[in-house]
Amino acid sequence: MERDPIVLAERALGGHQGAGARLIRMLEEGDEGATEGLRAVLPSAGRAHLLGVTGPPGAGKSTLVDRMAAEYRRRGSRVGIIAVDPSSPFTGGAVLGDRVRMHDHAADPGVFIRSMATRGQLGGLARATFEATTVLDAMGYDVVLIETVGVGQDEVDVADLAHTTVVVSIPGMGDDVQAIKAGILEIADLFVVNKADLPGADRVAKHIGAALHMRAAPIDAWQPPILMTEAERAGGIVDVIDGIDAHRAHLRSSGGLDRKVIRRRERVFHDVLRERAAARALACAPRQGAEILSAMRSGELDPYTAVEALLGVEA
Amino acid sequence: MANRKIRVLLAKLGLDSHTVGITVIAGALRDAGMEVIYTGLRQTPDMVVQAAVQEDADVIGISSLSGAQMQHIPKLLDRLRSAEADDKLVVVGGVIPDEDAAELKAAGVDEVFTMGARTEDIATFIRTWWEAERR
Ligand SMILES: Nc1nc2c(ncn2[C@@H]2O[C@H](COP(=O)(O)OP(=O)(O)OP(=O)(O)O)[C@@H](O)[C@H]2O)c(=O)[nH]1
Ligand SMILES: [Mg+2]
Repeated sequence: MERDPIVLAERALGGHQGAGARLIRMLEEGDEGATEGLRAVLPSAGRAHLLGVTGPPGAGKSTLVDRMAAEYRRRGSRVGIIAVDPSSPFTGGAVLGDRVRMHDHAADPGVFIRSMATRGQLGGLARATFEATTVLDAMGYDVVLIETVGVGQDEVDVADLAHTTVVVSIPGMGDDVQAIKAGILEIADLFVVNKADLPGADRVAKHIGAALHMRAAPIDAWQPPILMTEAERAGGIVDVIDGIDAHRAHLRSSGGLDRKVIRRRERVFHDVLRERAAARALACAPRQGAEILSAMRSGELDPYTAVEALLGVEA
Repeated sequence: MANRKIRVLLAKLGLDSHTVGITVIAGALRDAGMEVIYTGLRQTPDMVVQAAVQEDADVIGISSLSGAQMQHIPKLLDRLRSAEADDKLVVVGGVIPDEDAAELKAAGVDEVFTMGARTEDIATFIRTWWEAERR
């Protein structure tokens, strides 16, 4: 298969899924040449609504995303999905299983699903995910859903990339901890309490409502709705999509969309800067770099001095 | 380019519902540093091809324990060719009689691993192919 990023970009814009997939792959690998391909598709991007879906492991995110995609298809939209799962910190491998819940779209060319591993790199989630959403956006997918597991930092990361962030909770996980966990209230544009068929869902919703009530007034005056779903049997999905549409309309009329777009650009700028500056600092003097690294490992140099030494090396 | 990974799509075709073998393989390939996209049960050849294209999988692994491999796999190979995605490595594992294995390989399957195969050997086979063919 072709590996010329410009050719790939042209074909992807023409609707060729394999070309889009290969471009995403090269970008994910950190191939600097692939940036040319990204630049070539950028002018066509900017139309899609970017939707983050985050929540604890097993909350039903993939099932929900699958049902949301079905509803978007019914409404005539083409749907991109990026499903992010963690890489193993020990082997760097991953088992990406989100597609298992997305069978209904597996033969529908109007739905493009890409599984993505975090690959454990600094800012890796944000950069690779940003680039993949940009490619799918440029290819004409009207909505791009990004599924991330909400453990640690990832849910906050996805909020930097998405226009609308859906936070999924479920009953039976210690309601208080879940609802009030730092950062979650601030990033959620919509709360979904999934598995509403299980006991305790009402209590989860109440806890979220109470916590929302206590927080500082949001800058953009949007009140995140709290919606109940039974993703398994596709219950409550229409309300979720209507809620997202309402948020999107609000973003447009309030100027919030511009703020989100700026935040997204800034986030990507800093991620790429960090990644490339670090790579170049290490590559510009491979021999001294290796010496500094080994002195740092042995404790001869502390990490701070080692960084200063590396940055001081003349290329 | 330190971040190149082998991407393997694992699927089961048709009504075959034995998941133990494919789960073991998925874990072994992950432990060998690969990214395994597990698509689950009841896939059709068209579903596998679309998934493999969208995921840019290097390798397609089909687990077959139902004896229906001769019904589905030639169709899969055919669909891969028409999608111009036949540069991917196709491996089949499971309960495969010798004569079926020979026929599958003649039809374009790159390798067949029967029940006794060690997971390390499967991982090594994939890595060797990838290093030679792909990069
Ligand atoms: N009772 C009940 N179970 C559900 C519902 N929605 C999903 N599930 C089940 O929850 C389990 C996990 O679903 P997934 O969609 O894989 O959850 P996930 O959040 O994507 O999981 P990870 O990606 O592994 O974090 C599956 O067994 C689903 O069948 C629901 O509305 N009610
Ligand atoms: Mg999932």
